[in-house]
Amino acid sequence: MSVTPENLGDLSRRTLLRRAAAAGLLATPAMGLLSACAGSEPKKSDDTGGAAKSKHNPFGVKDGSAVKVVIFNGGLGDQWAKEDKVIFNAKHPNITVNMSSTQKIKTEEQPKMATQPSDLVMNSGADMMDRSTLINEGAIEPLDDLLAAPAWDSEGTVADSLLPGTVGDGTQNGKFYVVNVAYTVWGNWYNAALFKKEGWQAPTTWDEFFALAPKIKAKGMAPYVHDAVHGYYPRWALMASIWKSAGKQVVVDIDNLKDNAWKADGVLKALEPWEKLVKDKLLLPGKLDHTQSQQAWLDGKAAFIQVGTWLKNEMAATIPPGFELTLSDYWSNPGDKAAKDVFAASGEGFVVPSKAPNKEAAKEFLRAILSKAGSAKFAELTKSLASTKGSGDNVQDSALSSSNNLMKNGGSELISVKFQDFYADLDKESQNLSEELMAGRLTAQQFVDKMQAAADKVAKDSSIKKQTRTA
Amino acid sequence: MRHGVARFVTGFLALPVALYLFYVVWPFVQAAGYSLTDWGGYSDSQHFVGLDNYVRLLSDELIRKAFWHNVFFLVTVPLFTIALALFLAFLLNVGGREDRAGIRGVFGSGFYKIVFFFPQVLSLVLIAVMWQQIYRTDGQGLINGLLIKIGLVDADNPIAFTADPEPFLGVPAVLWWLLFIAVWSGAGFYMVLFSAAMQSIPKEIYEAAILDGAGRFHTFFRVTLPLLRDTVSVAWVYLGFIALDMYALVFVMTPSQGGPNHASEIFASVLNFTAFQKGQYGYACAMGVALAIFTILLAAVQLRITRRERIEF
Repeated sequence: MSVTPENLGDLSRRTLLRRAAAAGLLATPAMGLLSACAGSEPKKSDDTGGAAKSKHNPFGVKDGSAVKVVIFNGGLGDQWAKEDKVIFNAKHPNITVNMSSTQKIKTEEQPKMATQPSDLVMNSGADMMDRSTLINEGAIEPLDDLLAAPAWDSEGTVADSLLPGTVGDGTQNGKFYVVNVAYTVWGNWYNAALFKKEGWQAPTTWDEFFALAPKIKAKGMAPYVHDAVHGYYPRWALMASIWKSAGKQVVVDIDNLKDNAWKADGVLKALEPWEKLVKDKLLLPGKLDHTQSQQAWLDGKAAFIQVGTWLKNEMAATIPPGFELTLSDYWSNPGDKAAKDVFAASGEGFVVPSKAPNKEAAKEFLRAILSKAGSAKFAELTKSLASTKGSGDNVQDSALSSSNNLMKNGGSELISVKFQDFYADLDKESQNLSEELMAGRLTAQQFVDKMQAAADKVAKDSSIKKQTRTA
Repeated sequence: MRHGVARFVTGFLALPVALYLFYVVWPFVQAAGYSLTDWGGYSDSQHFVGLDNYVRLLSDELIRKAFWHNVFFLVTVPLFTIALALFLAFLLNVGGREDRAGIRGVFGSGFYKIVFFFPQVLSLVLIAVMWQQIYRTDGQGLINGLLIKIGLVDADNPIAFTADPEPFLGVPAVLWWLLFIAVWSGAGFYMVLFSAAMQSIPKEIYEAAILDGAGRFHTFFRVTLPLLRDTVSVAWVYLGFIALDMYALVFVMTPSQGGPNHASEIFASVLNFTAFQKGQYGYACAMGVALAIFTILLAAVQLRITRRERIEF
């Protein structure tokens, strides 16, 4: 998973002005759209590598060179990256790190990809560059040598130091392209302090939830709230339910566009409780976006919200005192095939453009980000786990420790879904249909039928390059 | 023209024309070129595919849907904006009572002029962000909050505004809500435009009409409107361009930029998705070129239909 939220709702003044300028361009529609397509001739990049390679400088980074790093400044902020810069410069004082941060990765970086890209780009947020397109076009560099390099400040290789799933998440067509630095756990959040006060037990199954729901409603609260604007929010929950109910192989088949994969046993059963949740009016009224729904939950208007572990950092400014953000697993049904599996994945992916002038330094900087010292700073500053092992060991925090516990008690596999990274069309359709299901305009059965039809359409479309998921 | 003057003028114009050719015309030509390739947008490799992209365009269901939504705006945006702007301009200029000083607008018309023109000084994105708060889908929204307080809307079932795909008169509700904003933000400018045109109509014509016993209704339809024909037809063409765009409103205000579930998809949103998410730049450029051709044809047709000999005052 490499989808992370961006504050689309609250545009900053600067983005607003920039977009206003862009909108001005569009005053005559065809003209603006036309020039948006125009590109320019590529330039040859010169090679900056070539210094001696050693254990402490495995890529042979040249002293005196500069490396341009672009950070996505979203839910996790960018302070952690500035700490990585300090760690990097402690070892390489003569390499200049030009770091900038933005929320508009694609808007700013895509036009440079074919000519003069930045050296290291954190490709994340709502405005990210499509990963499959980057790989199919040969625009980003395979980073298998980074995995084999020695870790910055621990024994073994970089690959050894990463949490399970991180290498797999960044691999496509048998090569490792995307270095995910954060580790995200998804589930249903609740306020442990409130539940203790009311004597409520946090449910683990749908039956327990539906039994608790009337008691929550009696307190004037909605039992559940979700982001009703960005379709990938409810999609996490729906896909987690499908995996738990039908098992891993069914999700792998779905990712591989197998015939009738969506009609497999357990898929419909997984979606029916969601249909019931909507039909029984257990959702908070209104079509709120991510920050609005999260604020409504913090304001005590709803008991549960489903979202990932960046939640605490994103809402840090408005969390009321005494509010204990606690993560619990998505609810399951009796008879589910993989009820214990947890939805967790590495995210916030860094890529090195193929045409980057200083790829060696970019890889070296990645080594610093993935170091023990760097990842510990990351967990401390963002209250989210890093993809490096042991990052959260020394941080005291209810959100972080509940997600740590969830990981420790989880099943043998991590829930992961790939089709949205493989196929932009299926990404869009699944987002749309997930919101339609959550709006009560589709039944679970209609959702399954429409997803199957969308998958079949992609499978038949010869202009779309097909991907295969193996693990 | 004397030789020296011609050289002087050419010298002045050469630079702007060169800049225009390089920064405006050349990108158009490039886009038209890319529309004949399968370029993905991230690399420098591309293959010539002839008119394949255009053939594909004709059978693309999403594009067809987007096209009809654009047609909806093409009809409604100019119609409602011009009607509202004419109505306001008429009231502000000749709608008031008559006295010895002649025909005048309603009381306080100078103030209203500023108020109605105000949206024009805001950028469209700013307007969209502001309306997001007005259209907020729970009790904290301006409209929902008010209507819930006075009991017109059920708190458990607030108006969904741009998240509502249910058809109203056969068109998804979200498009009507966007239309409302487009008309609100556009009417002020055209009101000023029509006001200026009305002020150039000699007062004597009105006075003659009134002496002949014409009421407000007849004055407007028999005198004002025919004499504004030129201005209205220009406004019609401008508003046609705006209706074919609508991108900023759709992009900022609708779920998944064209949603919910494609209910507000327009040409520009499909183009944006195809280029920047699907990575099919060649195909997206074909959409852009098709839209450009459509826009130019439309402008030509509109100007031709509304052409008529001019009346000199």
